[in-house]
Amino acid sequence: MGAFLARRLLVALLTLLLASLVVFAVLEVLPGDPARLMLGMNASPEALAALREQMGLEQPLLTRYLAWTSGLLSFDLGRSYTYSVPVSALVLERLSVSLPLALASLTLSTLIAIPVGIFAASRRGATGDTLSMGLAQVGVAIPNFWFALLLVYLFAVWLRWVPAGGFPGWGAGVWPAMKALILPTLALALPQAAILARVTRAALIDALDQDYIRTARAKGVSRSSVLWRHALRNAMIPVATIMGLQFAFLLAGTVVVENVFYLPGLGRLIFQAITQRDLIVVESVVMLLVASVILINLLVDLSYALIDPRQRVA
Amino acid sequence: MSASALARLELNRSLTIGFAITSIMLATALLSFLWTPYDVTKLVVADRTQAPSLAHLFGTDHLGRDILSMVMVGARNSIAVALVAVGIGAGLGVPLGLWAAAKGGWVDEVIARGSDLVFAFPALLSAIMITAILGPGAVNAIIAIGIFNIPVFARVARAGALSIWPREFILAARAAGKGLARISLEHVLPNIFSLILVQLSIQFALAILAEAALSYLGLGAQPPLPSWGRMLFDAQTRMAVAPWMAIFPGTAIALTVLGLNLLGDGLNDALDPRRRRA
Repeated sequence: MGAFLARRLLVALLTLLLASLVVFAVLEVLPGDPARLMLGMNASPEALAALREQMGLEQPLLTRYLAWTSGLLSFDLGRSYTYSVPVSALVLERLSVSLPLALASLTLSTLIAIPVGIFAASRRGATGDTLSMGLAQVGVAIPNFWFALLLVYLFAVWLRWVPAGGFPGWGAGVWPAMKALILPTLALALPQAAILARVTRAALIDALDQDYIRTARAKGVSRSSVLWRHALRNAMIPVATIMGLQFAFLLAGTVVVENVFYLPGLGRLIFQAITQRDLIVVESVVMLLVASVILINLLVDLSYALIDPRQRVA
Repeated sequence: MSASALARLELNRSLTIGFAITSIMLATALLSFLWTPYDVTKLVVADRTQAPSLAHLFGTDHLGRDILSMVMVGARNSIAVALVAVGIGAGLGVPLGLWAAAKGGWVDEVIARGSDLVFAFPALLSAIMITAILGPGAVNAIIAIGIFNIPVFARVARAGALSIWPREFILAARAAGKGLARISLEHVLPNIFSLILVQLSIQFALAILAEAALSYLGLGAQPPLPSWGRMLFDAQTRMAVAPWMAIFPGTAIALTVLGLNLLGDGLNDALDPRRRRA
């Protein structure tokens, strides 16, 4: 188990190091003069000089890279050029929207997908299986932002049950804030649930086809007991993998859905920072997101070892 | 492809429906080069936000443009961007994967770690970053989507190739003096072709979704050329007065992706040797 842990950790650290080099290269080296990229062609020489000074662009590349990475490690992410506040404060503020949204969407999608996947796998080929997987197929095909628009039309414009967009902030009370997150959660969770249900069904069917299941059945173990106690545990590895990927996606990739609902989340922060060319925000937040994807993947890898003891020696 | 595989292809329901939907969308895109009911660049302000009628089957948008014509031209744009992006992904990724499997050792390790690295970047966000740095437009959307397809194909090709290399006919080819590149091309590639075909349809569907998301954010094809994602953006603030502006382009995206996913599932069922035995 020790060697397994050490190897996974080493790979994660190496990926993190390479990713930081890529982000630094793409945003600070490729554009030539980042200050000019941020301020545009018409910027005055004084403004350019001031920004170069703030970003430390006069220093050698290696010094800048080391200063940036050591800043990241101590959560000192620099100061946003457009918002004039520390990037770390911006990130924490946006996380208070993105994190609950991602967690709620993942929970909802899991609560729908796993029972549906089990239901479909246990009735392989029957009408229930065909129907639920047909629906899942449609769910996978629907772009989440279009689904979001349809939800707004139905629940906000037509029925007027929930607000169409915006976020009042947690300071306005828990219920108004949660109410603003209901439609975004649905819009993100249902397409994810469709994917997860298909994966659960496929993994469970694969597990049910294994020899040890036949042995267990031959020994007289009931169908439901085989499904719940033997097959499901083995089917959880691909399911955990997809859940990990989905959580990473939900944390970072919700930019389009955040745009539909005008939610001040992390995705929208980066999108706005990119369009406003606030490179200081972009490089730090992208790096934080990449680090969280790597961390989630590492945790998923470690969860394999918990689910399946054979993986510990792999 | 064996005769039994061909027979299974014909009997496969997912494949038939998927093939039919994909063909219709493709035909619509091709038809738009020759004919559309109305000119999509012509603004008829008097006709703005008209509900679907015989004159405008899908209604009109806020500038009086015919939505059916825009969906048709949008199909051409979405399919072209996705096709070229996936082509780049497969064209670079498959050779990389084959090379990794053939050489092993440090080449394999570098390609595997490189793939891990690309996968660590949230794809859509990085695509947004790339299009924002390079500037919005269809070509840059292709590059942004294409880059993230390379490691996907590299992984699939590598995994497939690794299962072929220990086989006896490869040993025979090596004994006959063939080099690694020639064996990869003549013996390994044909044997993993079905795997790649399935992945192509999946990635094509994902690329259609990615293109729609990018153009929704204003980073894909630029006006006056209509794109499905941009049409949804225009519809967003007009949902109360003209919901058809969102319904038709969204349905077009979902149908295209559904068709491609069904095609992928069908191909997988027909070509996967494990299922063939079952």
